[in-house]
Parts: sequence; C-alpha cells; structure tokens
Amino acid sequence: MTAAHALRYTVGPMNTVAGYLLALMLPLLLAACGGAPWNDPYPGADQDKNILYTAFSERPKHLDPARSYSANEVPFTGQIYEPPLQYHFLKRPYTLIPLTAREMPKLTYYDSEWRRLPDNAPTGRISYSVYEIHIKPGIYYQPHPAFARDGRGHFLYQHLSRAQLDRVHTLSDFSQQGTRELTAADYVYQIKRLADPRLNSPIFGLMSEHILGLSAYAATLQQAYDKMARAGGRGYLDLERYPLPGAEVVDRYTYRIKLRGKYPQFIYWLAMAFFAPMPAEADRFYSQPGLQQKNITLDWYPVGTGPYMLTVNDPNRRMVLTRNPNFHGEVYPREGEPGDAAAGLLKDAGKPLPFVDQVVFSLEKESIPYWSKFLQGYYDASGISSDSFDQAVQMSAQGDPTLTPAMRAKGIRLATAVDASIWYMGFNMLDPVVGGYSPRAEKLRQAISIAVDYDEFISIFANGRGIAAQGPIPPGIFGYVAGRAGIDPFVYDWVDGSPRRKSIATARRLLAEAGYPDGRDAGSGKPLVIYFDTMATGPDSKARLEWLHKQFQKLNIQLVIRSTDYNRFQEKMSKGNTQVFEWGWNADYPDPENFLFLLYGPNSKAKHGGENAANYDNSEFNRLFDEMKDMDDGPRRQAVIDAMVAIARRDAPWVWGYYPKQFTLYHAWYHNAKPNLMANNGLKYLRIDPVLRARLRRQWNEPIVWPLGLLGAGLVALVLPAALAYRRKERMAAK
Amino acid sequence: MTGYIVRRILYAIPILIGVNLLTFALFFVVNTPDDMARIHLGVKHVTPQAIAKWKREHGYDKPLLLNPGRRGLERFTDTIFYEKSVGMFAFRFGRSDDGRDIGYDIRTRMGPSLAIAVPVFMLGLLVNVSFALLMVFFRGTYLDFWGVVLCVALMSISGLFYIIAGQYLFSKLWHLVPISGFAGGLSAFKFVILPIAIGVVSGIGSGARWYRTIFLEEAGKDYVRTARAKGLSEPRVLFRHVLANAMIPILTGSVVVIPLLFMGSLITESFFGIPGLGSYTIDAINAQDFAIVRAMVFLGSVLYIIGLVLTDISYTLVDPRVRLE
Repeated sequence: MTAAHALRYTVGPMNTVAGYLLALMLPLLLAACGGAPWNDPYPGADQDKNILYTAFSERPKHLDPARSYSANEVPFTGQIYEPPLQYHFLKRPYTLIPLTAREMPKLTYYDSEWRRLPDNAPTGRISYSVYEIHIKPGIYYQPHPAFARDGRGHFLYQHLSRAQLDRVHTLSDFSQQGTRELTAADYVYQIKRLADPRLNSPIFGLMSEHILGLSAYAATLQQAYDKMARAGGRGYLDLERYPLPGAEVVDRYTYRIKLRGKYPQFIYWLAMAFFAPMPAEADRFYSQPGLQQKNITLDWYPVGTGPYMLTVNDPNRRMVLTRNPNFHGEVYPREGEPGDAAAGLLKDAGKPLPFVDQVVFSLEKESIPYWSKFLQGYYDASGISSDSFDQAVQMSAQGDPTLTPAMRAKGIRLATAVDASIWYMGFNMLDPVVGGYSPRAEKLRQAISIAVDYDEFISIFANGRGIAAQGPIPPGIFGYVAGRAGIDPFVYDWVDGSPRRKSIATARRLLAEAGYPDGRDAGSGKPLVIYFDTMATGPDSKARLEWLHKQFQKLNIQLVIRSTDYNRFQEKMSKGNTQVFEWGWNADYPDPENFLFLLYGPNSKAKHGGENAANYDNSEFNRLFDEMKDMDDGPRRQAVIDAMVAIARRDAPWVWGYYPKQFTLYHAWYHNAKPNLMANNGLKYLRIDPVLRARLRRQWNEPIVWPLGLLGAGLVALVLPAALAYRRKERMAAK
Repeated sequence: MTGYIVRRILYAIPILIGVNLLTFALFFVVNTPDDMARIHLGVKHVTPQAIAKWKREHGYDKPLLLNPGRRGLERFTDTIFYEKSVGMFAFRFGRSDDGRDIGYDIRTRMGPSLAIAVPVFMLGLLVNVSFALLMVFFRGTYLDFWGVVLCVALMSISGLFYIIAGQYLFSKLWHLVPISGFAGGLSAFKFVILPIAIGVVSGIGSGARWYRTIFLEEAGKDYVRTARAKGLSEPRVLFRHVLANAMIPILTGSVVVIPLLFMGSLITESFFGIPGLGSYTIDAINAQDFAIVRAMVFLGSVLYIIGLVLTDISYTLVDPRVRLE
C-alpha cells in the first residue's frame, strides 16, 4: 500500500487532492518523527551509519584503468583498482611501498645481447631494464557477475541471450556473482590493453617509447580488429592469444615488465591504475554488445581488488563506493613522519582498513550549495572557494592562515598542503621578440619576470593560497631547495631572512640593456608591444587580465591580450604561434624529471608535440637532463638539478609563477586527514565518527517553522484586501 | 485534420534536415575533429598518433560534407555528416563520444526534469491566470495598481536571485528542506518542493502581466458588455466568458512548450542538484561531444514541431471557428 493509499483509507472523507498533498508531505513528516533533520538530503535510515559523504562536480568520463587519467576520475579508480605499488600514506617525501606486490619490484639491467649487468652499470651500457614483480597470493576480486559460474563451472553471463539481456538494466540486475584469485596474468593483460587501439589509452604514446614491443603490439591488434571487422564482427578480441614481448607471466604470482634502456621513473607508474590488474573475464563480459547498449561497460562498472567497489553508478546524481567484502586486508600504517603521532595520525596504527563502510559521492555542480551543505554537516570535508574564503579563514599578521571563530565553534579543522604543481607564464622561445638566447632577449625576459609580481597575484586572486615559485620544481619534490640558496637571483634578493622581489628600477635597467629603454625600441623608437595568449575569457577573468596589464605597464610595455577558446589556444600552442602565455602542470609522480622535462628541448611542443610549451631548447640543459633523469636521488643528482635550474633561471623561459596551495576543511568527526597529493587510494585510511556527526547535524539543523506561519499570514494579508474589496463591490452591485 | 497533420509531418522533414545541417556546420566551424580528439584524450601526453587513432575509432577521420575520393552517392554518404546524421531520423542517437548510449541517458534523465518542469508549468499557469484575472477583476483600483507593481518587481529580479535567496532562507537559515539533491519516488518531494515553488514565484511577474493584458483586451469587447448587461456576475463574466475567449493566446504560449518540458532547466537543475536533462546539452558543448549536441538539437527541433502541431490542434478544441484542413 502506498503512502497515498494509506492516507486515503485512514482519513475517510478527506478529499482526494488534500489526501495526495498530505501523502506528498509524508516524507517530511516521517523525517521529522524519525529524528533526522528536515533538510537532510540523505535517507533518514542512514543518519548513524558509517558512511563518508563527499561530492563531485563533473561526471567522470572514464573508469577503465587503461583510459582514466583525469583528476575527477581517480577518486573512484584509486579505491577500486590496485596496482602493485602505492604511496605511503603518511611518510614525506613521498615513498613508494608494495600494495599487491609482495615486496618492491626487483630491477635487473641487461645489455644489448641480454647479458645481465650490475645494478650500478653506466646508463650507456644498459639496453634493457626488467622489473620482476611478485604479487601476494590470496587476493580476490570484488563480487562480480563476470566471474559467476554454474554448478558445472561454466560461466553464467559470458554469453548472454536476448531474454537475459532484456531483464538487465544495471549491473545489479545480475542475480549471481562470483570472484576469483588475482594472478600475475591479470597484470600482464592490463599492460596489453594499454596498446588496444579501441581504448586509446592516454599513456600509450609514452609507454610505447619504453615497454618493449608495445608499439608493434598495437599494430598487431589493429590488424586483428580489421580482420574481425572484415568478417563482420566487432566483439571481443582475446588479448591472451597475442603475446607482448614487454610483459610476460613467469608463474601464477610473478610477472616481468621489460623496458628499453633505463627508465627509473617507471616505478612511479606502477603505483597508478594504468598498471592495475584486469581479469580477462571482465573484459570479455563487458564486450557483449547488448550490455554496451545499456551503458554497462568496463568504462562505467570497474572490477577490482581494492577496498571498495562501485555499487551505484549514476554519474548524473550520485556514485557510491561500498566496502569490498573480498578485500584482502591491509592495516593502517604504524609509522609516519615526525609530528604525525602528535597530530593524532597514528592513533589507528595497525587497525584493519578500510574504516568507512560506504562513500557516497553526490553530484554538486555549484559551489554555493556545496559550501552550505558542508556547514550543515552533510559533507564531511570541503575545499574553500574564493567566495567563502573570508567566512572560513583569516590570515594572521605573519601571513599564516587560521580558522575564523565561526569555523572553530563548529569544531572544523584546516589542513594545508602545497600542490605538486606549478602555474607559470611562459615565453615562446621561438618568437623573434621575447624568444631566443641572446643576452638581449634574456634581459628582456628577466625584466618581465621581476615586473610580474606573483606574490601580489597570490594575495589578490588566490587569497594567499600559493607560494611564489623560484624555479620549476615545487616543494616536496626532490631537487627543490628552500631558503636563501633556493631563490632565483635574477628576480629576488635575500633580505632579512626572506626573499624580496627586485625593484622595478632593476627591471627597467635590464629592459634598457635589452634595447628597450622606457619600453621603447632603442632603434625605431616604437613602443614594445607584447601579445599575451590566454584561454581566460569573460567577466570572471577581467580583473586578472587587467592586473596583468598593469604589471607590464610598470615597464611601459604595451600588453595586448588575445583571449581565445580552448581549441584555438591549443592550436596556437601546438604551432608555436604565441608570444607569452599562461600554462600549468600537475605532477604525474614526485620526481624532478616530471617537472624539468617541461623545459627539455626534444620535448618541445611546436617541434615535437611534447609538453615543453615554451619550446625552450638549451643544449647544456638538455645534456644535464639526460644525465639527471637516470640518476638516483642523492647529492650528485641534486648538483645536476641545481645546475639545470641555474641555467633555466638565467635564460628565464618562464616567469616562474606560483605553486598553488591546497586548503581543506574537515569536520570534527573526520579523522586521519593528512593531504597526500600523490596517493589516489586515500579513502581507505579515513575514519569518521557517525554518532557525533548525527548529533551535530541534528543540533545544527533544527527546523525553524515560524517563517512558514509568517508566510501564510503574508499570503492572507495579500488576499484579504481583495476579498474585502470583492465583498464591497458585490454589496454595491446589490444596492 | 489527418491530412493537415500528415502535411505538417512532411514539412518537418526538410526543416529537420536543415536544422541538422546548421548544427553540423556551426559545431564544426568552432571545433575541428582534431580539437574534439584532443579534448577527449585529455591534456597530457596527447600525441598526433593518438589524435589520428581517436578520429578513426570514432568515425571523424572522413571529410565533413563531401568526399571527393569517392564516386557516385558515396561522395555524400561516406562523410561525417551523413554517417552521424542519418540514424537520427529513426531516433537512433547512437553513442556519445565518450562511449555512453545517448538514448539511454536521455530516458533516465528526463524523469527528474519532468518532476520539476511539469508542476512548475501547471501551477505556474494556474497561479498566473488566477492572479491576472484578479487584477482584471479589480482593474482601475489600487489593488490592480499594486498588483502590477508587484508583477514588475517580480519580473525585474534575476531568476538566479530567487534560487540563491530561496536556498538561503528555506534551506540554510530555516532548515526546512535540503539545499540540493534528488531521490526517487515519494522521497523526491522534499527535494523538488523548493525548486517548484521558486519556479512558480519567479514566473508570476511576467506571466500574470502577460495574461492581464490579454484579459483586459477581451474584457473591453462588446460581448462582455452584453454579458454584464444581462446581469451576469463579474466572476462569471471573467471565468466563463473572458477566460474562454482568451484561450487562443494562452494556448499559443503554453501548448508549444509542453513537449519541451522534459528538456529541463539548466540553472535550476545545476543549483538544486537535479539529475535532469537541463545541463546535458551544455555539458556536451563544453566537452565538445558532437554526438550528444546533434542528438539534443535534433530532439529539441522535433519536440518544437510537435508543440506547434499540438498548438494548432488545441485551437480547434477551444475555438469552433478554427478548422484544420
């Protein structure tokens, strides 16, 4: 019996409209009776449950580990898929530790004849690197219909009939589920998938330079698909029938990855979902055309061994991760960095993970509702938008951020961390005016670097959430140097224990030496005009672009801002048709190579389609980069990095810009919050106190009903004059 | 009437082809297939080979409108335009560029949009017509004057303000309903009541003023004077005669939007977290997903044509003088 029916039976002669209205009100009334606040957006029955509530603002595009790369996808894939390695949750600098691997991979070098080399062999002699990975036995996949078998051991859902398909709308419509043990073959299968032409893995290009035979493997698969298409098929291609020389199964729990040459940074990729296992059964299951037509694909319903599995996938409303009952078990770390114990981050040491039973991600496109719901206790953590910054944070006289009294009264805590990323202003080194390597061009760029005051930018536009950059490597990454030794001597002086930007007079002098006294060409007398390309358009960017204009005006340089859409901007960048531009980079992994390669000549965007957007190409820098990228961290590597940064500072291909700083707020019931900007699988460490949360939510959200009475009275006040006037009119008519 | 409807359907075919062609041209003037590939492949490590592969895999490696390398009909059929458009006339929308089935997405998203749009439409019509009739009833009095002032005030305020103010008062300050979110079944009520109320209130200003103008014009006609002269009460004159005779302009503005209701509202759905179709097209434009854009524009055109035909049919129901031949 529905609520509407129930009411109609119990209230007797009540008219139907009123009955339905009451029936519609029923959820509110029930919510009120059940003790859940009226404005609770979640089911009342969940109020005391061990559920973590968070949000996503944009639906994830890909959850297939071969394709997923965006920042809004990793919160899901990171909890579901388990690559062999992971980052230690607490230790800094970021440290890799085994996840499904039994121990760290064994790396062996070989020469061109496949003769084994010592570990300290010179890079030039190394032709092949082989990573041997042993995975732990006894790890099982999450329950999934792809593994379900009947009594005779035959798969139940690998060959779905039309009738079976008609009954299926979501993955949960499959009544039977199964599992199986994780094997080394699943890891090898996934590496093969990186080359699958149908998947377009974003790292295929990069990995085909390193993994032996990956490029040729893609061609082989393409031929196989073409053959299949000629035969009229578009179904499943069994990759196990096509061997890949660069990835081989040694035994049930061991596999090897063979790389060309030496690529020490490869180890970091082994902590990303690209290298997580993929059971062939899942790939075969999802390849059935009837499922694809119902959006039941591997790209939307991941299959993993991680602590959570995706149980609700409605990317337009909410996504739910639920504890994987087959999770192999892991414990909270017993050690961290100094200060972690004092901060209470080791209280859960040795306890089994994950702590939270479910993680609910709700689609929240606008920042205002998100922030309001966080303050009401309906989200457990929140970033801070510029609009809400003053409400949440105040800066002390020393520039340290502290919470406002209102936040502290709610028991909210603040955590900050410098992102492993950089936002910079680049000069196109191919440009005849700002580019080139002549002393004149260098001085022009150095002068602009002094004039564009990123300290001021951070203060005005980022609410102080950032650190003015002194070079390409952000804090927390090996190679970053703090203090006096770490400042850019062409832009800053060290004064009273802190860096101070050089004066505008210095910049003007450099500009004059560059041949532009007072911002005019010394030869022609014409004003120096510089073109700035940006994707920033619309009123939101106006203030920022005006600020930029003023920075150049300090040197009497005329800045022409060319705002274009994303496509045109990308096109200009790829063709090298820019002069000055803004660009940013988020680290893939915590290694200086991942930042310094942005200035490596052979990685030029205009010439080679790489990530060196400034098209900077200094032969000495390139030589040092080739040397540095294969070195282990240590004083020798630091010395090479210092030399490279010094060259880049002198040449000034970028105005270094700033390293953004992340501010996150946590409620009192949220524990083990330590920003880890490299790990994607951090949800398993988080613990919440649902009882405290439910109590505070009720306390903070008691409904205030008198305004409803006031509104009703207001409506009566509006209608009353009309009713009185009508009566008067009718009486007059009667007379 | 059947002949008329068949004729209108036949007229619709060239219109839909034209709309399709225009959408195609406008989309590809702004975005090249290379741009689409780049945005789908992400910003990092995108190589020219990956772009070429994406285009081939998604069928964007062909010429846009004319294939000079082919002969005969294939010059037109072996093109992006033909391959991406022809299935739509059978309402086969295919898959979005990120691989999801568009028809499935539309079907699942139209429900929440309708949960907001239908009540807003029905209640809005009821409230606006009632308020307009009240103002006409009291025309020339201070009530009419202040009613018009109220309407002008209501229509002068931005729709976004109603949403933010409504969320602030009812959700944040008084804790009466959730700020945003959605649930299925009866639980949807607490999520949709505020957006519906805001949708109705924000539409009163313009709606009631428009209907007041229509009713005032009707109220000055001879047949109304005759009705009053024969002693009918003013409410009976207004509701029985004026309202009935003002139905043509009311239907012109109302029936045409009925089929479009399921397309949802971008701002309302974004702020209230309603998982409807409101942002589907805009999100697709931002993501340069041509497959969704063309499907939604095509569907919008079809629904608009259906709305116009329904409007014409509705005229015959309210005005016996109208015949569709």
